[in-house]
Amino acid sequence: MTMAEIFGLLNYWVVVLLMMIGFYMVIARQNFIKKIIGLNIFQISVILMYITMGKVAGGTAPIVSAEIANRFAHHEHHGGTGHSHADKKANLSLRDDGKDHQFSEGESLSDANHHDHDHDPSVSDEFHPADHDSHDGEDGHHRPEMDATIYSNPLPSVLMLTAIVVGVGTTAVALALVVRIREDYGTIEEDDVLERDQVSP
Amino acid sequence: MIEHLPILQVVVPMIAAPVCLMLVNRRLIYLFSLAVCWLSFAISVALLGQVLDQGMIRYEIGNWPPPYGIEYVVDPLNAFVALFVTGIAAVVMTYAPKSVAVEIPEAKQHYFYALFLVCLTGLLGIALTGDLFNIFVFLEISSLSTYALISLGNSRRAPLAALQYLIMGTIGGTFFLIGVGLLYQMTGTLNLLDVSMRLRELALVDEEGVYYFQQTRTLRVALAFMTVGLAIKMAVFPVHNWLPNAYTYAPNVVTSFLAATASKVAVYALIRLIYTVFTVQFAYDLLPMRFELIVLSLIGIFAASLAAIYQTNVKRLLAYSSVAQLGYMILGVNMINPSGLTGAIVHMFNHAIIKGALFMVVGCFAYRLGSVQLDDWRGAGRRLPWTSFAWVLGGLGLIGVPLTAGFVSKWILLMAFVSNENWILAGAMLISSLLAVVYIWKVVEVVYFSEPSPKVLESKEAPWSMLVPTYVLITVMIFFGCHTTYSAGIARRAAFMLLGVPVE
Repeated sequence: MTMAEIFGLLNYWVVVLLMMIGFYMVIARQNFIKKIIGLNIFQISVILMYITMGKVAGGTAPIVSAEIANRFAHHEHHGGTGHSHADKKANLSLRDDGKDHQFSEGESLSDANHHDHDHDPSVSDEFHPADHDSHDGEDGHHRPEMDATIYSNPLPSVLMLTAIVVGVGTTAVALALVVRIREDYGTIEEDDVLERDQVSP
Repeated sequence: MIEHLPILQVVVPMIAAPVCLMLVNRRLIYLFSLAVCWLSFAISVALLGQVLDQGMIRYEIGNWPPPYGIEYVVDPLNAFVALFVTGIAAVVMTYAPKSVAVEIPEAKQHYFYALFLVCLTGLLGIALTGDLFNIFVFLEISSLSTYALISLGNSRRAPLAALQYLIMGTIGGTFFLIGVGLLYQMTGTLNLLDVSMRLRELALVDEEGVYYFQQTRTLRVALAFMTVGLAIKMAVFPVHNWLPNAYTYAPNVVTSFLAATASKVAVYALIRLIYTVFTVQFAYDLLPMRFELIVLSLIGIFAASLAAIYQTNVKRLLAYSSVAQLGYMILGVNMINPSGLTGAIVHMFNHAIIKGALFMVVGCFAYRLGSVQLDDWRGAGRRLPWTSFAWVLGGLGLIGVPLTAGFVSKWILLMAFVSNENWILAGAMLISSLLAVVYIWKVVEVVYFSEPSPKVLESKEAPWSMLVPTYVLITVMIFFGCHTTYSAGIARRAAFMLLGVPVE
């Protein structure tokens, strides 16, 4: 394994490290609050993993550039489907009511994927079911309106927004339970709690 | 309206939950939750009928076509799961008010109803969704509400049990999330059917007709993480430690519902994962998962059954028995033949009814005697004859005596082991059923053949509002022991569908 490979996977090493730190804290600490902190670190490592997965080297935020949006708006004006706002068009481009746009969007995604694989050794070389048509981009006959804009994959980030909400919810419930345990037992050390249960069940 | 049933199934209890918190009158809250539970049950019956009639239903949420949008896919398997989850919820909710009144402080009762509905939403969501990440979200919705429900128990150990479960459950949920991430990384999609299609493209057949796969390290890791995550949620043997405490200290109503449904839904998710998403070839030829799961469930069946025998707390006894019964389902899932899978699915259904009924019986005893310690139940057969008799009937079902539902599923599983010529498993199944006789009899003996304890002498028969729902489940159990068209029949159809072979 060369240095380039090790540093190319830097994020994943951090993910593994954080995950193990969190996991160790959950298992080894007796203090409930420390366990919950460990649980949080554990969850956060997964968030980092997803974000790393979605990042495309050199990619920008997945917002359709004004130029492309304008061109779509213009195009639509001739097509006469009744939509006038450029940004609305861009949003709709993934849906089946705009076949051309969907296609070009797909190309931009696969373009991005292709780029990703060139720079990210973590993705296996033999298996890219997601980019069967990435060769188009390579051969250079992709549509002129696509330019060379590379987007990061927004989906993992969106998924993580949900996961963060779940994580916050879990932490809130856990802390509430710790408060209850503190009220009932007068301690938040797991071994003390279990000992007190032995004495007076 | 009829084409929106898949989403209504999940959305109705979800919207009803916050409404519960807005209603002021406690009686009104109860009646409202009851109506919602029975409405969900009606929806699931309609859904199952529709599926059996027309085959698989694919529902695109918000008209976004998959794989971009989230899709709900209903087939005979998950319609069946949704049916018994809502059915148990409806019966348990009917049974609930008296039990809740004595076990949960008045100020917290409305939370119980709201959380119950949230939990139901989560379980139904896991069952019906056709999207991997959606499964994770619903898994966490059901788990979070479960932690809160368990902590409603009146012992000071309830919050402790809930926290222990929370820590285990969150690790399990996060493991599942890691698996989803790795799978997404390799396939670029989250839709279950889409993922499975892309994985199938990977399968190659060599000259001798043997499947093999290429470049699968990430996928293998994904499957391993997801399996362990679900194993924690369903309490497979080495990671079952959270379950006995959680079931013991939760309020009786909560235990009845959770024991009957929560772990079954996790088993369903595992079946879906192995048979629909990853293929059988992938899961079992590439990973030694089959051997490991069989060994772990065998150890689980015996360790948990033996542990159950030595319990003096009846709820804990039944909790250990649940761990053991779960082992049967995992064994069935790992048989990879139609009868094994049928057995696993129908055992999910039958065990849900039997365990639900038994925990409801415990709730009846606890309502009158204020205790679930076996010592306090001495001689209860004289003062609470109907409740005690319900225990006997439910117990016979758990053991697997002919004419009860338990017999049907155990028989199908036994036939699966025999047809695989797996004599060890067949023998283990028979011996472990004898262990079930021991722990059920232990309670029967105390209830019928000992001098009444002072507590028993002061008590009388459990109220009808609790006994009737209990006997409804017992009757259903006996019905499905004699007439199996709608249990084993549907399970068989689901099994053939999962294995991709036409029904014989």
